[in-house]
Amino acid sequence: MLTVNLAIIIPFLAATLVPVLHKKISRIHIGWFVFIVSAALFAFLVRYIPRIASGETFLYTLKWIPSYHINFTTYMDGLSLIFALLITGIGALVTIYSIYYLSSNENLSHFYTYLLLFMGAMLGVVFSDNMMVLYVFWELTSISSFLLIAFWYHRKRSREGAQKSLLITVTGGIAMLVGFVMLYVMSGTMSVREVIATVSTYSEHSLFIPAMVLILLGAFTKSAQFPFHIWLPTAMEAPTPVSAYLHSATMVKAGIYLVARFTPVFGGEMTWFWMVTGVGLFTLFWGSFNAIRQTDLKALLAYSTISQLGMIMSMFGMSSAALVNGYSVDSVIFTQAAFAALFHLVNHSTFKGALFMVVGIVDHELGTRDIRRLGGLATLMPITFTIAIIGSFSMAGLPPFNGFLSKEMFFQVAVNISEFNFASDTWSTLIPVVAWVASILTFVYCMIFVFKTFLGSYQEEKLEHPAHEAPYGMLFSPMILGALVVLIFFFPNVLGDYLLRPAMSSIFPTIAENEDLGVHVIPWHGFNMPLKMTIGVILLGILLFISLRYWKGIYKMFPEKWSFNTLYGNILEQLEATSNTVTNFYMTGHLRDYMVYIYSFFILAVGGMLVITNTLVFNIEGNASISSLEGIIALVMMIAAVTILFAKSRLTAILLNSVLGYGVAIFFVLFRAPDLALTQTVVETVSTVLFLAAYYFLPEWKKEDTRKRSKSVNLIISILVGVIFTVVALAVQNGKLFDSISSYYENSYELAGGRNIVNTILGDFRAFDTMLEVVVLLIAGLGVYTFIKLKARKEDASVEDK
Amino acid sequence: MRTNNVILRAVVKLVVFIILTLAVYLFLSGHHSPGGGFIGGLVLASAFVLLFIAFDIETVRHAIPFDFKKVAALGAFISVSTGFASLVFGEAFLTQAFDYFELPFFGKTELSTVTIFESGVALVVVGVVVTIILSIVEDV
Amino acid sequence: METLITILTGILVTVATYLILTRSVLKVILGTAILSHAAHLMIMTMGKGLKSGSVPVLVDGQETTFVDPLPQALILTSIVISFAVTAILLVLAYRTYRETGTDNLYELRGNKHE
Repeated sequence: MLTVNLAIIIPFLAATLVPVLHKKISRIHIGWFVFIVSAALFAFLVRYIPRIASGETFLYTLKWIPSYHINFTTYMDGLSLIFALLITGIGALVTIYSIYYLSSNENLSHFYTYLLLFMGAMLGVVFSDNMMVLYVFWELTSISSFLLIAFWYHRKRSREGAQKSLLITVTGGIAMLVGFVMLYVMSGTMSVREVIATVSTYSEHSLFIPAMVLILLGAFTKSAQFPFHIWLPTAMEAPTPVSAYLHSATMVKAGIYLVARFTPVFGGEMTWFWMVTGVGLFTLFWGSFNAIRQTDLKALLAYSTISQLGMIMSMFGMSSAALVNGYSVDSVIFTQAAFAALFHLVNHSTFKGALFMVVGIVDHELGTRDIRRLGGLATLMPITFTIAIIGSFSMAGLPPFNGFLSKEMFFQVAVNISEFNFASDTWSTLIPVVAWVASILTFVYCMIFVFKTFLGSYQEEKLEHPAHEAPYGMLFSPMILGALVVLIFFFPNVLGDYLLRPAMSSIFPTIAENEDLGVHVIPWHGFNMPLKMTIGVILLGILLFISLRYWKGIYKMFPEKWSFNTLYGNILEQLEATSNTVTNFYMTGHLRDYMVYIYSFFILAVGGMLVITNTLVFNIEGNASISSLEGIIALVMMIAAVTILFAKSRLTAILLNSVLGYGVAIFFVLFRAPDLALTQTVVETVSTVLFLAAYYFLPEWKKEDTRKRSKSVNLIISILVGVIFTVVALAVQNGKLFDSISSYYENSYELAGGRNIVNTILGDFRAFDTMLEVVVLLIAGLGVYTFIKLKARKEDASVEDK
Repeated sequence: MRTNNVILRAVVKLVVFIILTLAVYLFLSGHHSPGGGFIGGLVLASAFVLLFIAFDIETVRHAIPFDFKKVAALGAFISVSTGFASLVFGEAFLTQAFDYFELPFFGKTELSTVTIFESGVALVVVGVVVTIILSIVEDV
Repeated sequence: METLITILTGILVTVATYLILTRSVLKVILGTAILSHAAHLMIMTMGKGLKSGSVPVLVDGQETTFVDPLPQALILTSIVISFAVTAILLVLAYRTYRETGTDNLYELRGNKHE
């Protein structure tokens, strides 16, 4: 059955249960429930590994809007399985961690609801095969990230960080949506699989490159690539479990997933190669360069995440070289880049998750995460220290940790690109150089992380609380991740064979048909180029770390006021100021003015159109006859309507309105519409009761104090509106362009089993309208109820602070 | 709103049952002759409103202990969930089904999922209309 | 007949527009109510032709022409929705009056540059 679809829906269902359970069972921490959900999902997905490894894929379709090719289709292959395992696995670990991290005074039901919302949305992103559904889940991850960043919404910085991340990622998301629509226009399908399968038929289309750029924009904003990286450091205002989960392990990798998924579509283009590789490499450099200057541990990790994401991105870019010149023996060598990228993606999630949790522990136990105030914690927090060593040495690319393996592969890939002289000479030699320089910088900030925090002198007077080891509950998750970091180093091929190899055939479906794309990972390659590069990294890195204070002045060349962050702030400020001025110019606050705008537009646009196109046709030939009764009713209604304008008291006006309503009901009878007549009569009665209730409490009408001039303007506008309305209606009746579709509904007995055609239209043919109408009615009812019952309490007036 | 109109009360006691019967009739016959969820619901609501006008609110509240907001919410839930029910059977959202059954006493009878959908509609209409009237009247 | 109804709706629209442009909340609400009456009558005339057949209820064994059922279904939806809108607006007016002590829209303007 639809098991994968169910896996996406379960977190959403669980999210709705969280507030209820939290209220009912206060004894047990609600986090355990979330843990059970994510752990169960993880176990469920793990069972698929053997079948995925043997090359199976799973496709399930739930029809949604088939007429627009929009279906809730899930597709599970190696690529999506890797991400799904990360989402649920890291999710489960982060949940355990958060149980100990967040105090029970926090709004836990909100936190875990958002977390589950995110988990479901993220699973939706990686499993969806339909581009529209993918987009919806994509934006849902942005929204849940927004909610989680703003979890401490009473802090101004949290709100700003949340706003920034939402603005940037959603802008990218919309660009991606446009790209998807372009792909749909070219390929005629919403399914990613079919888009991939039919790529050769439309790759020359003029929209191909624009679609590619737009989709990349979505990926770059989500994965915090330069220059959109600015949202990630400010997103660190979120609670640390969130940073560990969303902003390092999963959500920011959605962009990478998108790039990997669309490599078979766009990978053959040189533009793709240069955009993804170039942006990735520059982000790698820029992130590591900026990480060194940070004094906040979390900001350091944020920039390091940016840098590592850039590295993975650039590897996917380089792997697309395999597709540029069609299939050849060289292609297989280039595909190794994607293998390395996937490998590093998993490694990064393990060591960066552990590092974030370490920072969380330091912050939680000591009350600060400022490097300048920390030091000498190694003996006081030995376990935390060990995990920090494992995590940052892995990140720096040292053995015996998994980061070493993937970094070696990264160097190999970069060297390959330059050796095969893939692009022009200068550019392809530059790639390994940039990679190498960035790795040195990475080494330096990893050392800063370990040595400045845990070694040096212990300064208790600068801390909020004296240092001590964290409770075991908090240490559990980072310990698991740290153990994985080491285990993956010793058994990399378990991961490689079972998860990465099947994913490779999703990225390079054409090449995988002929070649085995798996790579046998071995720690020792002999004394080759990558190893020499690593040794260089270590030597130069140590040198730079020691001499840090002598060259730190270089950062003065990049002052805060020239940064993209400031640019973003200025743009936002200007935007607000300008729109304020413009809006205040025409938004007078008076309803009448707004209505005048609307009506004037109507008069000018519709009336002007009538005059220009000269469509003032009028013909009474096809009309039905008028009986005297009908004439009298129409006349009565006309008189009643005009009299309302001159009514001196409200009661008269209300009663005249009822006359109109009942008049309409009589017309419904005459026009053979019994259902309508019944409804109209009852509704009119109830509305009159309502109006009379309003009469009971609203004050007596005063003489209108409107000026003569605006009164006559009102009169002219209303007469013009009425005239244009009549003329248009008459013209429309005259020129019937097509037959009524109602003859279809006259088969209602065969189609819907009902003899009352109107009722079958409501309940069957167009039940969707009726359903939504019912919902609208319910909302209106609740609205009325709240309008009357809800009284603001004085003390609620302002909760915002700072 | 306290009225001591004995005649009104006596009449209302009788009339309400006629209106209620009419409402049920209109609701059930809606598929084949004029009527249906909206109209049935509206007539039902007007019966309740009449009760509230003739007797005071507390008395009626005591006699009919429904929370009409919940009635409305239940109705919306029923209507929406019939839409999802068709998904379970692999049909498009809100596909309705009907068939004919041989039932004792009734003979050949048509049973249709539209009736469930329409009952949700009727419940929403009753719930919302009564909620609106009650909230205004109670507050004044 | 169609022409007569259309002229009637034209007059209703004129009246409704004038009422909506006034300052009294109750008049504005009356205006919207009248506007929906006009719209319902209007939709009615847009069908296959008024009184061109019998009531759209099938009767076994009889082949007849019906009036257009589609506008009727649309109007039925619309009647209920406009009732909900009227109710919301009335309650809004009521609550606004309670809180601010005025039903004059001109006095209810928000402060500029808030």
